[in-house]
Amino acid sequence: MNEIIGLFFITVGLFFDFFGCLGLVRLPDVYNRLQASTKSVTLGTCSILFGLFLFKGFTAAGIKALLGILFLILTAPVAAHALSRSAHKMGVGLCKESVCDEYAKEKK
Amino acid sequence: MKRLRWLIGLLAIIIILGMVIYYPFESLLEWQSEFLKRSFSVLFLCAVFCLWRIFRGPTAADRAVAIDILGILILGFCAILGIPTGRDWYIDIGIAWALQSFISTLALAKYMEGRNFDE
Repeated sequence: MNEIIGLFFITVGLFFDFFGCLGLVRLPDVYNRLQASTKSVTLGTCSILFGLFLFKGFTAAGIKALLGILFLILTAPVAAHALSRSAHKMGVGLCKESVCDEYAKEKK
Repeated sequence: MKRLRWLIGLLAIIIILGMVIYYPFESLLEWQSEFLKRSFSVLFLCAVFCLWRIFRGPTAADRAVAIDILGILILGFCAILGIPTGRDWYIDIGIAWALQSFISTLALAKYMEGRNFDE
């Protein structure tokens, strides 16, 4: 029974990964790509790791999978925030359809 | 019209993914390991998308974003690879790779921040 629930979690994670990477290809801007891909790929990989934990139970590999979930939730938003801040400071413009840019007003 | 095009594209993507994952299995006794082997193809497709974005991103920030996403995807690769082979040390490789990817992403961000296009 645990293994079937684990396979369900792995399938949900694969779908989230696929749609995140599709957003990485399709969207028009750096910030849109970051917004689409980072969140959904993080959630998908966390779901895959939780499926691995349901397969392995409380052994060494299962505990390491839970540690991987904790590590990924802590570090992926930090990396995404640093990347978007450095992209805005580098001078990469927003796309044509975007409405307002508050950070550029803040810098002046 | 535009909404119809979006709907057709979404249905095509879901049908392709379902065919990759739920194509009829040859041996019903080992369907779990068959499923896990077949789920690699979806992750390989995601990695090809990331490599395409690295190949032609308009700016350097796009490439840095794609490298960050690829580093997270490899953790999922190693987690799935540990199940059908039965070896536990693949998850160690995945966690070490994600740690290195996080540090290199922070270093790339700090490096790109100091360089302006205006100057």
